[in-house]
Amino acid sequence: MASSTTETVRVGDCSVNVMRGGKGPPLLFLHGAGGAGLWLPFMAALSERYDVIVPDHPGFGRSDTPDWLDQLSDLAYFYLDFIEALGLDRVHLVGHSLGGWIAAEIAVRNTRRLRTLTLVGAAGLHVNGVAKGDIFVWSQEERVRNLFVDQRFAEQRLAQTITEEQGDIAIKNELRTADLAWQPRFHDPQLRKWLHRIDVPTLIVWGEGDKIFPKPYGEAYHRLIKGSRLEVLPACGHLPQVEKADAFVDLFTRFATEHAS
Amino acid sequence: MKFCLFHLMPYAPLDLTFDEKYPSSWMALPNSYYDPKQGHVLYNRYLDELELGDQLGFDVLCVNEHHQTAYGLMATPGVLAGALSRRTKRARIAVLGRALPLLNNPLSVAEEYAILDNITGGRLIAGFVRGIGVEYHSTGANPAKSHERFHEAHDLILQAWTRIGPFPFEGKHYQFQYVNLWPRPYQQPHPPIWIPSQGSTETIDWASHPDRKYTYLQTFSPVSQVKRFHTQYKETAERYGYEASADKLGWALPIYVSDTDESARREAKPHIEAMYNKFLRMPLEFLLPPGYTSVASMKKLRQAKASFTSDKPPDCDEFIRRGMFICGSPETVRQTLEHHQNDIGFNVLVAMMQIGSMPGELTRRSMTLLAEKVMPKLRDPIGVESPALAVG
Repeated sequence: MASSTTETVRVGDCSVNVMRGGKGPPLLFLHGAGGAGLWLPFMAALSERYDVIVPDHPGFGRSDTPDWLDQLSDLAYFYLDFIEALGLDRVHLVGHSLGGWIAAEIAVRNTRRLRTLTLVGAAGLHVNGVAKGDIFVWSQEERVRNLFVDQRFAEQRLAQTITEEQGDIAIKNELRTADLAWQPRFHDPQLRKWLHRIDVPTLIVWGEGDKIFPKPYGEAYHRLIKGSRLEVLPACGHLPQVEKADAFVDLFTRFATEHAS
Repeated sequence: MKFCLFHLMPYAPLDLTFDEKYPSSWMALPNSYYDPKQGHVLYNRYLDELELGDQLGFDVLCVNEHHQTAYGLMATPGVLAGALSRRTKRARIAVLGRALPLLNNPLSVAEEYAILDNITGGRLIAGFVRGIGVEYHSTGANPAKSHERFHEAHDLILQAWTRIGPFPFEGKHYQFQYVNLWPRPYQQPHPPIWIPSQGSTETIDWASHPDRKYTYLQTFSPVSQVKRFHTQYKETAERYGYEASADKLGWALPIYVSDTDESARREAKPHIEAMYNKFLRMPLEFLLPPGYTSVASMKKLRQAKASFTSDKPPDCDEFIRRGMFICGSPETVRQTLEHHQNDIGFNVLVAMMQIGSMPGELTRRSMTLLAEKVMPKLRDPIGVESPALAVG
């Protein structure tokens, strides 16, 4: 499996920590509220065909927290700058959860440098009458357990010892998530009005057992983005790219290959 | 010492078995537990208790602000302060809310306080707080923007009170084209400001700043913490170049007085334990939403958590031992207060005399004993405000 390197990329006044590995068309992966963390098996698998670029968002992980970071749309504009600064083109943009929300906000603004868009268990919308999971009142353990259908993944995560730096980063990530997504909770009421602007092929991947953004959230994205494809993975929670890594990589690769040119 | 009578107005008849089903009396407890008929009686009883405080010679009557909880029913403290403002004539009235970051328009606080100050002819003490963590869940206010909103709302209110309008206010969170407060506050330039806190370096730095010198109240903490944070206030003031007066330091805690130490402990026990262990209890995720404290403080609190949650709930004797509760005969209470006042050096005592489930009869007797047998002997303040040293 292809390995990755870690580098610091400066865009404007903000330095971000970036994991990068593989060769091929650029694939920009935007992480969820928990942060990018480690170079995960799905990233390694994708890096066999793609140039996989995984930044820590400004305000998260090892990246700077710039003064201008007030709301989620600031990150959408940042990544438009980031894509330009790195000279990326025909980008496969993949966003998970909070990162899926950022990806949607990027795509309603400008798809000029995008080839495809993939939203995985994405935040950004609210579906009236369908409660989201409130990660902010769950205990640390509940939060991990509620991410997965297959509790073996949760057990494994709960058994891991974390370094002091990882602990500090977890607190930083939680703080930033609250800062950007507390109210309105994990969505922008205006976003749905503009999703019709997305004019690149769009894949929506959802875990059937997602307890944070239940399946109707995926269906709502599917309805609002014309021509999008919705793939619901059975026996899967909020992290399809982890819990069903092979199926996820396969789905994405077939979709991206279809839309390679 | 200044004696302030503090009330939380808890839902005293709460079914205390609620915690078998619900994690907290805050936010998660269904309001079907609240009976409006009992509520009618309670609000009037509690206002009577505060009015009795005026007659008994308390210097200040304190109301409070909490939301969506049986712990305290004063979601809109201005209403209660308004009721007191006409029925009391002597004591000052302190509103130990308002939770500025939870409110959408701080100018409504500027107005509310200014009206109270006008009605009472300058008896108002204005409190400003951030609200406790769980109230960011209850109100939807963003905990990560709490400090910014608090400071900006405070600046806006102070300007509204002290500048001639109309003038524009150009903030990050609040923008107004026309600020022009009617009425202006009765006390000039503005009412005294008190800052209740559980203790944080940031709050102490801010409250003790020479531009403000606000009275700092350490609330419901072990006495060792009270000493630590009061000392920190004095040391911070010294670094700012002035000596903090004992009048700027306050301690808020439950107090119960009865004829003997033994009867005091016996009578208070179920109520103090209900207050700390039932009404006030909540999961860490309720208490500390992300961003409510800095990353560094959150880290410390998480580390402290393990030992905290494994403790079995403290009992009445333990609360007394930790100095989170003063309880006993008038002589014991007098000695305890005198000892701590001399040891720590504060002049403001904020006494919560109705405690949790405590009924009216015990509350009134305890208040009367404190007022008649303890207060007269501890009236004299310690220390006096020194002129500012050279500020450099």
